Amino acid sequence: MALLRQHLIDPEVCIRCNTCEETCPIDAITHNEDNYVVDADKCNFCMDCISPCPTGAIDSWRTVATPYAIEAQFEWEELPEEIEYEEEVEAAVDAEAADEVEAILERAHAGQGKVTAPFSAAHPHVNTYSRREPAIGKVVGNYRLTEPGTDSEIHHIVLDFGGQAFPVLEGQSIGVIPPGEDERGRPHIVRLYSVASPRDGERPNHNNVALTVKRERVEKDGKVYYGVASSYLCGLERGAEVQVTGPYGDTFLMPNHPQANIIMICTGTGSAPFRAMTERRRRHAPDAAGRLLLFFGARTPGELPYHGPLMKLPRGLIDVELAFSRLPDRPKQYVQDRMRARADDVAALLKADNTFVYVCGLKGMESGVDEALGDICRDHGLDWTALRKEYRENGRYHVETY
Amino acid sequence: MQQVNYDELIPNNVDLANDRRLKRALEQWHPGFIDWWLDMGPEGFQENEVYLRTAVGVDPKGWAHFEFVKMPEYRWGIFLAPKEEARTIPFGRHKGEPAWQEVPGEYRAMLRRLISIQGDTEPASVEQQRHLGKTAPSLYDLRNLFQVNVEEGRHLWAMVYLLQAYFGRDGREEAEALLERRSGDQDKPRMLGAFNEDTPDWLSFFMFTFFTDRDGKYQLESLAQSGFDPLSRTCRFMLTEEAHHMFVGETGVMRTVERTVQAMNEAGITDPHDVEAVRALGVIDLPTLQRYINFHFTVSMDLFGSETSTNAANAFDAGIKGRFHETKIEDDHQLHNDTYPVLKLVDGEFETVEEPALNALNARLRDDYIRDCASGVKRWNKVISKAGVDFELTLPHQAFHRQVGQFAEIHVTPEGEMIDAETFAAREHEWLPNKADQEYVASLMTRCYEPGKFAGWINPPKVGVNQQPGDFEYVRIHG
Repeated sequence: MALLRQHLIDPEVCIRCNTCEETCPIDAITHNEDNYVVDADKCNFCMDCISPCPTGAIDSWRTVATPYAIEAQFEWEELPEEIEYEEEVEAAVDAEAADEVEAILERAHAGQGKVTAPFSAAHPHVNTYSRREPAIGKVVGNYRLTEPGTDSEIHHIVLDFGGQAFPVLEGQSIGVIPPGEDERGRPHIVRLYSVASPRDGERPNHNNVALTVKRERVEKDGKVYYGVASSYLCGLERGAEVQVTGPYGDTFLMPNHPQANIIMICTGTGSAPFRAMTERRRRHAPDAAGRLLLFFGARTPGELPYHGPLMKLPRGLIDVELAFSRLPDRPKQYVQDRMRARADDVAALLKADNTFVYVCGLKGMESGVDEALGDICRDHGLDWTALRKEYRENGRYHVETY
Repeated sequence: MQQVNYDELIPNNVDLANDRRLKRALEQWHPGFIDWWLDMGPEGFQENEVYLRTAVGVDPKGWAHFEFVKMPEYRWGIFLAPKEEARTIPFGRHKGEPAWQEVPGEYRAMLRRLISIQGDTEPASVEQQRHLGKTAPSLYDLRNLFQVNVEEGRHLWAMVYLLQAYFGRDGREEAEALLERRSGDQDKPRMLGAFNEDTPDWLSFFMFTFFTDRDGKYQLESLAQSGFDPLSRTCRFMLTEEAHHMFVGETGVMRTVERTVQAMNEAGITDPHDVEAVRALGVIDLPTLQRYINFHFTVSMDLFGSETSTNAANAFDAGIKGRFHETKIEDDHQLHNDTYPVLKLVDGEFETVEEPALNALNARLRDDYIRDCASGVKRWNKVISKAGVDFELTLPHQAFHRQVGQFAEIHVTPEGEMIDAETFAAREHEWLPNKADQEYVASLMTRCYEPGKFAGWINPPKVGVNQQPGDFEYVRIHG
């Protein structure tokens, strides 16, 4: 079933100044004695009305199967509650594309056995859009995160879904279909990217998502090859349209309860889900009792995505340990080295009932992290093998590597 | 003389770069404006970075640009709403003729006067509000105050632009005079009464932006209809900003009401008239709020002038100043044969009299204004009734506490009952903010500059400015 993101005006915030009605180029906004309302049949999401609104009331949205008629909106004293549409959406699964994606996710989660989501995670929407019926994401931002001159070219890309509902949670991925065909004349397979923005959008209450994309570069036989999808994404201009599938993933999700401690371990673009989770906390539970502890590795600060913004986050929100492996005149440091340096804190958190551990990055880091956790446990009287099993069964240990 | 690049400094859509005469006039006026701003603008915050909205273009996407700026470096631009091709004069004796792009000689004096009066109110309110920063209930409110102030500054620019671009030497002199008068000054007061009153506290500020700035909205709306096209286009763009001022007022009072009824409920106080008990909670009791409404509403009503006015009739007939939403009204837009019902004093009684519509334009604009005010008050009452408190805020009778027009001579209760002067004097403290009210409100005015925190008498807003999170540091106080 097709869902619509309906543009509405919050009657509790609106002051009836008429600015939006005056601004709307297609007369989609009207009013009665009580309320200003948007006609869903007319609104084309041009967004002209958003910035002139003095109150922010205009920036209100609901996901609906049947749009609210203006007559109903005239009567409102407040906005209706958001309706959950999970079941209908799940019925829209496209089997073929789902298989393709499942294969990718299986590889990413390989070796973990059966994993469940944290008990307090929000219920994820999955497979809302398929290869056959993709969502169209419009590029509203694309810039390079890593310093020029560094080998790794990592981009921050923001896609806006306009009027299409695209509900996504921190830790989930979306699929991107590169245009064109491969050398065998078949459409390119879907590539998955973890969203780097929280569920309420890269910009709060906007229907957009951010991705952290590294342009894949392989040198072989003296030639340089670039990844099809990552090159496509990194090269997109603002305004370009991208075919998007998903969202995907129903286990690598963040716990919603504010008491949860979250240990996040990542390298490079593996930071995307952790940026999303951290931002979720920052926006909605900055004073949460649960701690955030991040171990983040890159070769140099210039190659560490989001280095600047990360350094500006308050210590009270997140505890950050960075590991750099290519700093001149410095010994190489990897995330597992920083974990060992913080062994007491890590062990204390692992002992707590409320701790959740996430690992995301290159396949190669998995064993090093696992060993470090083993060593830390041993030194603190814990049995990592048993603990890991318990953590997995309770949705508290999640690994996604590629 | 300091070299300033005015094309960059003054964002504009009036082709300033190629208008040498206008550029020279503005170059001469600008240093005086900055001096005035430093001298009379927000006291004590000229060096702080403030998260402000700057208009950098007139299209919907370009005109609300948010960034941190120091107020003296704010880019006061000159913007006119886009030109409507082949616009005609919508009312009066010249109805249907092409709108004037230059000042018509016969109406030059009338136009200059209207523009000067409008221009005079803009810096006046900045002067009235200059001390408020010291007692802001939050950084969010502090930022909103400064946004209002810089936009009033921009509105002054807008009027000065018209004076300098279209009125030659006279215009330049008027523009200078706008920087010389001072709100409340014995020798050189601002032109209109309400703009010489002090804005002593934040409740008064919210009331002022709700009631008095709303008069501004209605004046601008009727000037936006003008046959003099540059005036019409200027006012249309100003209205987009004026909406923010209404917002600050309406939500400021609403958040105050919210906090009051919430505190009453928490403390189990059901009688809103138990002023002592409510004040013990550190919130503003509803009867005091009612008295502030009575005062600010009536002072603002006076700004519309006499109920029947030949000046207003002449300005309409000349095609200079129209009615609220003139083009949406269905009549002949000339009004020679129409009447309009006006509340009048006939033999000592209130009576609604059909007056010639041309003479009743002030009364009509005031009626539109009252309806608009009433709908805001209705939303405040919704907060009170939702909280289960038995109290209703009301607008007083339109003859209550008036200094201008036919009701200035009589004494009337807020309910509209005529009384003698002694009775009024004896009961005035029940109806208008009395000394104890003012002292109590003043006692609550302690500043709260911690990001995300609010003084105890007011609730946080539902939505942040430009969707910013609750603890956003709207004004960088702490360096």
